Amino acid sequence: MIGASSIRKEGRAKVLGTAIYTDDKFMPGALHGLTVRSEVPRGILRAIHFGEGIPWEEFTCVTAEDIPGTNLVASVVDDQPFLIGIGEEITHSQQAVLLLAHPDKFLVEKARRAVRLEIEELPAVLDIQSSLDLQPLIYGTNNLLKEIRIAKGDPDPIWAQAAHVIEGEYRTGAQEQMYIEPNAMLSVVEPRDGLLQVTVWGSLQCPYYVHGALRQLFGLPEKQVRVVAMEMGGAFGGKEDYPSVNGGHAALLAWKSGKPVRLIYDREEDLACTTKRHPSRTRLRTAFDAEGNLLALEADFILDGGAYATLSPVVLSRGAVHAASVYRCPHVRIHARAVATNTPPPGAFRGFGAPQSLFAMERHMDVCARKLGLDAVELRRKNFLHMGDTMATGQVIREDLDLAGLMDQALAAIGYRDKRAAFALTNPGDGPIKRGVGFSVFMHGCGFTGNGESHVASVAGVEGLADGTVAVLAASTEMGQGKNTVFAQIVAEALQLPVELVDTAPVDTDHVPNSGPTVASRSTMMVGRILEDAAIGFKLALVQQGFLVEPYTPESFQAAVVKAVATLGTLRCYGQYHRPPNIQWDDVTYQGDAYPTYSWACYAAEVAVDLDTFEVKVADFVAVQEVGRVVNPTLAAGQIEGGVAQGIGWGLWEEVTMQRGRMINNQMTNYIIPTSVDLPRIQVVFLENAHAGGPGGAKGIGELPMDGPAPAVVNALENALGALRLDEVPMTPDRLLERCEEVSHG
Amino acid sequence: MAECIDLNLKVNGTEYRASVHPFARLLDVLREDLRLTGTKEGCGEGECGACTVLLNGRVVNSCLVPAVQAQGAEVVTVEGLAEGENLSSLQAAFLTHNGAQCGFCTPGMLLSATDLINRCPNPSDDEIRDGLAGNLCRCTGYAKILDAVHSAAEREAAR
Repeated sequence: MIGASSIRKEGRAKVLGTAIYTDDKFMPGALHGLTVRSEVPRGILRAIHFGEGIPWEEFTCVTAEDIPGTNLVASVVDDQPFLIGIGEEITHSQQAVLLLAHPDKFLVEKARRAVRLEIEELPAVLDIQSSLDLQPLIYGTNNLLKEIRIAKGDPDPIWAQAAHVIEGEYRTGAQEQMYIEPNAMLSVVEPRDGLLQVTVWGSLQCPYYVHGALRQLFGLPEKQVRVVAMEMGGAFGGKEDYPSVNGGHAALLAWKSGKPVRLIYDREEDLACTTKRHPSRTRLRTAFDAEGNLLALEADFILDGGAYATLSPVVLSRGAVHAASVYRCPHVRIHARAVATNTPPPGAFRGFGAPQSLFAMERHMDVCARKLGLDAVELRRKNFLHMGDTMATGQVIREDLDLAGLMDQALAAIGYRDKRAAFALTNPGDGPIKRGVGFSVFMHGCGFTGNGESHVASVAGVEGLADGTVAVLAASTEMGQGKNTVFAQIVAEALQLPVELVDTAPVDTDHVPNSGPTVASRSTMMVGRILEDAAIGFKLALVQQGFLVEPYTPESFQAAVVKAVATLGTLRCYGQYHRPPNIQWDDVTYQGDAYPTYSWACYAAEVAVDLDTFEVKVADFVAVQEVGRVVNPTLAAGQIEGGVAQGIGWGLWEEVTMQRGRMINNQMTNYIIPTSVDLPRIQVVFLENAHAGGPGGAKGIGELPMDGPAPAVVNALENALGALRLDEVPMTPDRLLERCEEVSHG
Repeated sequence: MAECIDLNLKVNGTEYRASVHPFARLLDVLREDLRLTGTKEGCGEGECGACTVLLNGRVVNSCLVPAVQAQGAEVVTVEGLAEGENLSSLQAAFLTHNGAQCGFCTPGMLLSATDLINRCPNPSDDEIRDGLAGNLCRCTGYAKILDAVHSAAEREAAR
């Protein structure tokens, strides 16, 4: 069970083409919904004009005035309206103003083009620096969506004393999740027993986020709102917070029309208006002694948070905590800010702020090694965290941590020393191909940052079914990561049953408890642990009620469940998250255990750069990680390989091009993700070190592989091309050419 | 609404007749008129390959095929790959090797891979990469898909 590569639970339906995704759900008489958006980055909405030639009387139209409850999307900060009303301020180019629905999808598209918005334009803030300079002020009193300070020791006296002080500035671009299934929602709103019942079926990661948003939007109690997660065609964070917006839009149209409504985005709309990874700028200042020991670190970490706060405070929080990376440092000061701009709000994307700050630190370590005249491997080895060391937040490492061992294994697997030596001989030659090898060492905090788990207080459970099998009751969603299978394995292990006897219940808020959102590498470790407890409680209850006698066989267990269900009816057992007593966190000072534990990794990349075209090919890639005990090796390797692919894409190719606050390459044709010919085979190595807090010893895994590839690849580029200003991702051919020209032009 | 056109086509061996919108795409006919929703729409511009089907034996993006061009044609979709309860070699291999994660690219990927193995029974890694280059996957990094295609090709060769 745990440790076995069990076959994906919903895999058969997926290969047969019978898995039902949102747009596959048959709903007779459904209207097609569409959203009319602002198109200018900032201004006051003065009027909505409905053009001629459209039978408007056949349409359902929803504006802000129609909203029955609160016109604010429930999130970390409730500052984003579902729709902008007349006289209100438009704050980004994709702001929803009007919703339309009609039975004819061709006509509804024609109608969208016939709507003209009268907007009095205002000056907009479109980049980080303008926001910091308050040019102009667009949000609150200082354009800051969130500000965090983390302090350890006092770096100030160190700068003057240190043998070396090295500064650097690093930037990362926005990145599109590019799930292959665009955002999709269906809704029905109808009276049931005299009460309004709002139902949404959708492609969504967090059913209870959408549930909360709908309750606030309609002003309804819990029981009158139902959210069902359909099969999901990828998410990667892109369906974490946005579904509260489009789920609300679909429900508003269904409510006003009295008919089922489909709100299925096409790719261009999805790319233009939904959330992306936050662009970042990080300034680092580090002090070293003569031997290369890290004495002080100062980080100024800034995220472009877009027009509304949404999830930016928590993305910033994770990014800030990861900014000091895996290094022991006595004096640390981290100043983190998420700034407002008039751009569509970014949101969650695998890694959640950590890839941005880790890119900066892992690039900076290579830059420091060069400037100190030290080997990048040895500089890291000298400064790694070990058991007993404290991190920037004062968190003490309580596990047997061997980062040097991880690093050595990754470097040996890619042949780091031999390749460096060989490339040093071949690169000076005349040929256009230059080769390099580089690496990064990093960690990813498992579960929510700080007190997040305590606030959510997740509940999950198991249910005995009439046929004697066991169902998992959790609101965690399957987005391809393997949740259905891993949860079944954890419960099967706890009950000592074959995994075939455990399956997942449909993720429907009418049926499953709130096990929290499907985010933050928390499902396996946090929800899995609750399920392990619930399963053990379920078994004990069966024994105590006299239905089951230990030791038992799967057959006798199944028979016991059949009998118990026949006797007692519904047979459910729940568990709830309880904060372990040794985990302490202070939200105000940012001191304490930022995460219950971390996953650790070293990734190494070999690149080949063609100086005729400035194309970069990743020729080899090694991913060595310690993620606790691996529940399902095949699924886990799939997570790593897929995450590495996204990380390489972010590092080299994936560029969101903005013009007047709007993404202009919002097509798959010109936003480039890796294809099957662009990636090498990725060597995946798991070092298992069971974590007592996770089910069967498991830790989090989903986001980790996003953090390491970009700095590893760019560090390899430096090895191939020498000291260039390789301070930004994606390092596209254009950007690489520019950096090479800087050197050749002096 | 514009006048509909009558369309006759054979999908997965079954004859269908449908009255469709003149601008409908083959993808719309499959999904909406025939309710064969295994074929997916990911981009609507022929880039992602999620809508890949076989049209008269050739791999096409069904989002780029006007329905009128499928008049009288034979179409194979993901629903036509299994024989009853028995998965095709490729479907079985995708299942065993975790070639499907979110599963949204899988139907199109399976059709392209089916075509590849028909043309090239013992493909190398590079031949598989070329054969599947028109099908984007965001979950797997393609490694498990390569494994699945190799395994299915070997199984087919052994038959």
